Amino acid sequence: MAQMKFMCDAERCIECNGCVTACKNANDVEWGIQRRRVVTLNDGESDEMSISVACMHCDDAPCMAVCPTDCFYKTDDGIVLHDKDLCIGCGYCLYACPFGAPQFPQQDAFGERGKMDKCTFCAGGPAETKEEEYEKYGANRIAEGKLPLCAEMCSTKALLAGDAQDVADIFRQRVVHRGHEDGAWSNNPKASADNLAYDAARKG
Amino acid sequence: MNQLTAQAPGGVPHLTHWQGVWRWLLLAFALVLSLGVAQVVHAQADPDREMSTGAPGIDADQWRQVRSGETGDNYRTSRYESDYNLINSSGETWRQWRNRWVSPFGLIVIGGMIVIITLFYLIVGRKELEGERTGRKLFRWPLFLRALHWSVASLFIVLALTGLNLLFGKFVFRGLFGDAFWGGMISASKFLHNYLGPIFGVLLIVLLVCLIKDNIPKKHDLEWFKKGGGMVGKKHVDAGFANGGEKAWYWILATVGVLVVASGFVLDFPNFGQGRDTMQWANIIHAVGALGLTAVSIGHIYIGTLGTEGSLEGMTTGYVDETWAKEHHNLWYEEVKDQSVSEQELVDRRASKGAGDSPATRSS
Ligand code: SF4
Ligand code: SF4
Repeated sequence: MAQMKFMCDAERCIECNGCVTACKNANDVEWGIQRRRVVTLNDGESDEMSISVACMHCDDAPCMAVCPTDCFYKTDDGIVLHDKDLCIGCGYCLYACPFGAPQFPQQDAFGERGKMDKCTFCAGGPAETKEEEYEKYGANRIAEGKLPLCAEMCSTKALLAGDAQDVADIFRQRVVHRGHEDGAWSNNPKASADNLAYDAARKG
Repeated sequence: MNQLTAQAPGGVPHLTHWQGVWRWLLLAFALVLSLGVAQVVHAQADPDREMSTGAPGIDADQWRQVRSGETGDNYRTSRYESDYNLINSSGETWRQWRNRWVSPFGLIVIGGMIVIITLFYLIVGRKELEGERTGRKLFRWPLFLRALHWSVASLFIVLALTGLNLLFGKFVFRGLFGDAFWGGMISASKFLHNYLGPIFGVLLIVLLVCLIKDNIPKKHDLEWFKKGGGMVGKKHVDAGFANGGEKAWYWILATVGVLVVASGFVLDFPNFGQGRDTMQWANIIHAVGALGLTAVSIGHIYIGTLGTEGSLEGMTTGYVDETWAKEHHNLWYEEVKDQSVSEQELVDRRASKGAGDSPATRSS
């Protein structure tokens, strides 16, 4: 079975926010919700770097572990989805998530949270009909054999989505091509310990 | 540019058509040649040179910063109205605290309390009055305080049960009753918890203020604790209007209780811009405090109902028997014994003006 993963190549991301827009468009998400965001470090400096972030569909997902209603589940493809019928908007998944992925439409008095919304890897969610699924969770492109729209339309192909193995292979190739030892994450001493970059350095 | 194009018609005319073509071909050839050379140079790219000329990447220090959750001046995130850092590393810490420590130990503390009290009841049994009831009553709790007590008490029980459901319910009820029932149950729990919580908080504060003068610690309270509230040595221990144990419960509520209420407000109203870190802490304080209070409250409920003969009637009718007062609150009894009324008087009094009369004077 495939293990779906996102990967953003920070050496390529140009902070165009195309992925953010594509996601909004594909999933028709609620006002105020933005499932994907682009983070820029050292903006305006010579070592500026950007990275696109959304739910990373964690293996050992913290959101899943803390949810009081137990409404999360992992699909066979390793995608973390949740059931909005069970969600009570407690916000625990947001406290626990490493990437700030869960968001809540603030629709009630006193800031009471609505049902949680997050990236579904364009895999929809639990619903009776297709219409209901689209209404609640957005597109189910996976069911149509397509990958998430954000990655599909990324202009620099910085954002990759797909089976972890394929994504890793593409990235490995790039690192090899870049040629230098820390072609994956520049100047990061950890990168040389990281298999991906280390192997690449050997081969390159 | 404009000048060049303007002059061109003047300069070009003496070139023949063929000359123009040759010129173009030559240019194209030079272009192809230069591309080829560039290709060769590219193939020989040397990593060191690339390192030194390329834009510097993110260095170790910056990754450390990302891991620590700090966001510098030049940090940007493109989400509307959000200042989330790249990695929320305290999230995992919170998860471990909650799932690994708070949940299991909460269960142990509350379960342990139930076991201890059950064993105590089975082995030692109910604390009966030693003397005969005299039938004469002393007024202990006015209607207002009784109403307040029972409001706080019922809210406490609802909050404790819904809170426990939020922490442990998924391990029991989802499998037992299925998704549809569980969905309704857990959303009702959250709704009750979040809306009744603030009411409980306000009423608890009012109750604490009303009772503070009865709960100032005194020297005899220490003695009370040393003798285990009279359980050790079978000798009576001194107690005023409130005994050492009741005062301890008061001060637990006045400290831990207030902390639980305060942290509850932080969690209940996320519209004041408090961050995830604040809410993680509030959640841990809230859960630890509330689980502790729940455990102690089981003791309070036992002592006030099953555990001690004659206690509950004080909080239901407002009156206690003289014998109960003498045995449990001797100092208070000495002060108010001349205000006792017979049951017949009580009935008459109730018939004439209701039960909201003023209580016997108290001292702690
Ligand atoms: S919501 Fe957050 S914690 Fe859950 S799978 Fe996505 S990235 Fe991981
Ligand atoms: S907000 Fe919803 S999905 Fe998130 S932990 Fe609470 S109940 Fe679960």
